[in-house]
Amino acid sequence: MQFGIFSVGDVTPDPHTGRAPTDTERVRSMLTIAEHADAAGLDVFATGEHHNPPFVPSSPTTMLGYLAGRTTQITLSTATTLITTNDPVRIAEEYAMLQVIADGRMDVMLGRGNTGPVYPWFGKDIRQGINLAVENYALLRRLWTQDVVDWSGQFRTPLQGFTSTPRPLDGVPPFVWHASIRSPEIAEQAAYYGDGFLHNAIFWPLEHTAAMIAFYRQRYEHHGHGRADQAIVGLGGQVFLRKQSQRAWDEFRPYFDEAPVYGHGPSMEEFTRETPLTVGSPQQAIDRYGALWEQMGHYQRQLFLVDHAGLPLKTVLEQIDILAEDVVPVLRREAEARRPADVPSAAPTHAELVAAARAAGTQPAVGPATTGDRWTGRTAEDDLAAADAATVARS
Amino acid sequence: MTRSVVVISAGVSQPSSTRLLADRLAEAVVAALAGHGEQALVEVIEVREVAHEVVNATLTGFAGAALAQTQAAVAAADALVVVGPVFTAGPAGLLKSFVDTLDPDSLAGTPVLLAATGGTPRHSLVPDYAMRPWFAYLRADVVPTTVFAATDDWATDGGDRLASLPDRITRAAGELAGRVAARPTTARAGRYDDVPSFDDLLGGAGLS
Repeated sequence: MQFGIFSVGDVTPDPHTGRAPTDTERVRSMLTIAEHADAAGLDVFATGEHHNPPFVPSSPTTMLGYLAGRTTQITLSTATTLITTNDPVRIAEEYAMLQVIADGRMDVMLGRGNTGPVYPWFGKDIRQGINLAVENYALLRRLWTQDVVDWSGQFRTPLQGFTSTPRPLDGVPPFVWHASIRSPEIAEQAAYYGDGFLHNAIFWPLEHTAAMIAFYRQRYEHHGHGRADQAIVGLGGQVFLRKQSQRAWDEFRPYFDEAPVYGHGPSMEEFTRETPLTVGSPQQAIDRYGALWEQMGHYQRQLFLVDHAGLPLKTVLEQIDILAEDVVPVLRREAEARRPADVPSAAPTHAELVAAARAAGTQPAVGPATTGDRWTGRTAEDDLAAADAATVARS
Repeated sequence: MTRSVVVISAGVSQPSSTRLLADRLAEAVVAALAGHGEQALVEVIEVREVAHEVVNATLTGFAGAALAQTQAAVAAADALVVVGPVFTAGPAGLLKSFVDTLDPDSLAGTPVLLAATGGTPRHSLVPDYAMRPWFAYLRADVVPTTVFAATDDWATDGGDRLASLPDRITRAAGELAGRVAARPTTARAGRYDDVPSFDDLLGGAGLS
């Protein structure tokens, strides 16, 4: 099971000082946070994509490309990449570029965004949100899996003989997650393609999350990708932890009370009861998150929001250390102990995707590929070392 | 057949004339349904009791447990009676905020009776000009007669000798009961029953 962090990159004043970081400071703090998470041994760093203040991360692949060179083991991802308002051609190009630069140590999570005006700013109609997500992703997949694409749809200029470059690493596209909080249509989309589905549960009662996950699992099985319990599930979460529970409670409350989204709404007592926000000791986080599988089934990725609401960088780095040292090792061990052998431990890595493509025979055995990368001549077959390693690791 | 009648009362004092009117309307609806051979189960929702959760839901986008329960009751209702006080020349904002938390599809087709209370008859049209558009947007089936009770209406002759409050209550309740009796029991789909299959989604995007 993978444990990581995701950032929305909000610029929020620290309630103790009233001072907000500049955009430049906030971008650099995100880089520091990601590098720290890598060094601490967390599995995933995901950045949001936003196009309005007070959020800074407008350009995920620029950030993740830099981090690919600065980190060693962490999977770089997004939370989320806007499938609605970005041109799918640019997504295909940028994320294939990132995949090559990161040598496959990345995946991508698609979402529709939560800020209405972003649609008109990018020339789109918010009422078409679901249809944009469906059509744009259909095109994105074709751009990654077919060398030469002819396309015509409702939402973008038709394409004739278009080739998106660079071709995906080893002829295998990045693993894709779809994220949605309210829309079961997106769970259906993820299930249809056999992609991952993440529910960002941080502002929602768990009962709602469990119902959405159950629906995705059932549809995943319906569409023939495996059993419901083998579907690839991720959850968003939120913690603030100190060795002593009361200290965590006292330290976080001023940030909670002023936080964007839920500040001035429910009390911290209500919010920690009804949503997965856990404020307290590492053991309390272990108890809470270690029990989620009872409602959600065994799942593959747990992301935590730790760097928002104006928390100082130093505090955020301490939170990462507490997660990595006192929480994640226990959760990971417990998850592995109860996981059925034929349920995936984590979202597939690049090497595993290469191995799966080889096993499924979706790539030709030898020679220049027609469905692989005809420009470099590389196919999934060529990455034998990675495929072998993955095959061995899974058996 | 037993019909579920949900009464939403948004009075804030205790006791309130809004609740008084709500109870009178509920009784009249039960009697009118009996005239159609229908039994009724009345559930009264005091918005005051979920007021904090209404504000929280407005700020966070999700409903706490008690509010979620009332939302479910509203969605499953065969008939709705909505009564609010008039504050500052319009329905109480608390009532509108509660309505704002409802799933926009959860009232489609539901027969609704609108009523309001106020200090003077000069606010009599508030249910029609302020509340009716909310329920038109929600595609509810709002009956033609709305009931407004000014303080004077609680006098013995109902304030208005030609169309007294009891007369207006009876007429509105009769209209509501007629709508309810003419339609099957509300059976809302399960949470995800209406989700289109992916082929339909592709069709919606023009790709099939």
